[in-house]
Amino acid sequence: MIPLSWYMALAAILFSIGTYGFLVRRNIIIMFLCMELMLNAVNINLVAMSHYLDSLAGHNFVFFIITVAAAEAAIGLGLVIVLFRNKKTIYVDHINELKG
Amino acid sequence: MVNQLLFLYCAGVITAMGLLAVNFKNPVYSVLSVMVLFFHVAGLYLLLNAEFLAAIQIIVYAGAILVLYLFVLFLVSLRKEVKIERFIASHKISTLVSLALGGCLLAVIPSFKLGAKGQYPVARVEQLTHTKAMGLELYSNYILPFEIAGLILLIAVIGGLVLARNEKEVKE
Repeated sequence: MIPLSWYMALAAILFSIGTYGFLVRRNIIIMFLCMELMLNAVNINLVAMSHYLDSLAGHNFVFFIITVAAAEAAIGLGLVIVLFRNKKTIYVDHINELKG
Repeated sequence: MVNQLLFLYCAGVITAMGLLAVNFKNPVYSVLSVMVLFFHVAGLYLLLNAEFLAAIQIIVYAGAILVLYLFVLFLVSLRKEVKIERFIASHKISTLVSLALGGCLLAVIPSFKLGAKGQYPVARVEQLTHTKAMGLELYSNYILPFEIAGLILLIAVIGGLVLARNEKEVKE
């Protein structure tokens, strides 16, 4: 039997890797990818907890999270394409129109 | 014992692939290593008796979302990417912040206590099969969120179409 804390530790590590990638990378597509990593960390936690709690609530939440992730990827990548078409860059530090 | 070894294998691959994905210079390699990571997350779902979610993970995440990422990567300039700096200027602070976040998250795990047990022990889910059990739960207790999820997907379709449309071509 695998202890629940192992799953939670893995999810915490994966979440912080996602945060790290989101904060350090310049490429906006890789930033979106790191967001998927964070969502997956949460999914691991939800599935593990609902397995140890004899419940299916977490499984259903994961189902909805995957739906929202798909929608987010479609809209986010559409925004990236528009951004690249208008500004010819996908680097977040080149997008500084609002900077005074 | 076998389960623990499988878990450790999956966890090791997930951590390694996550770190590689963040550090690869070429974004295509990043997307491909995230694909390997998603397959191993599906393996973890199988260890947790969630076959339906494992299938969904492979079909939707590895099959659809990552292919979308690859397409968009090929649409934007890739040749320049491998030559220039991949981290933002203040990446040292960001590393510290994420390390601190990871440390905090790991430190609070021992204080977690499980709540009351639900109605679906492993034996019952196995008897019903996971897909049927999830469907029963989804269509009886989560019918409104299910409809909202459909609406979100519709919005995503319309939003994607509107965003990707080329205004100049439409005017001509």
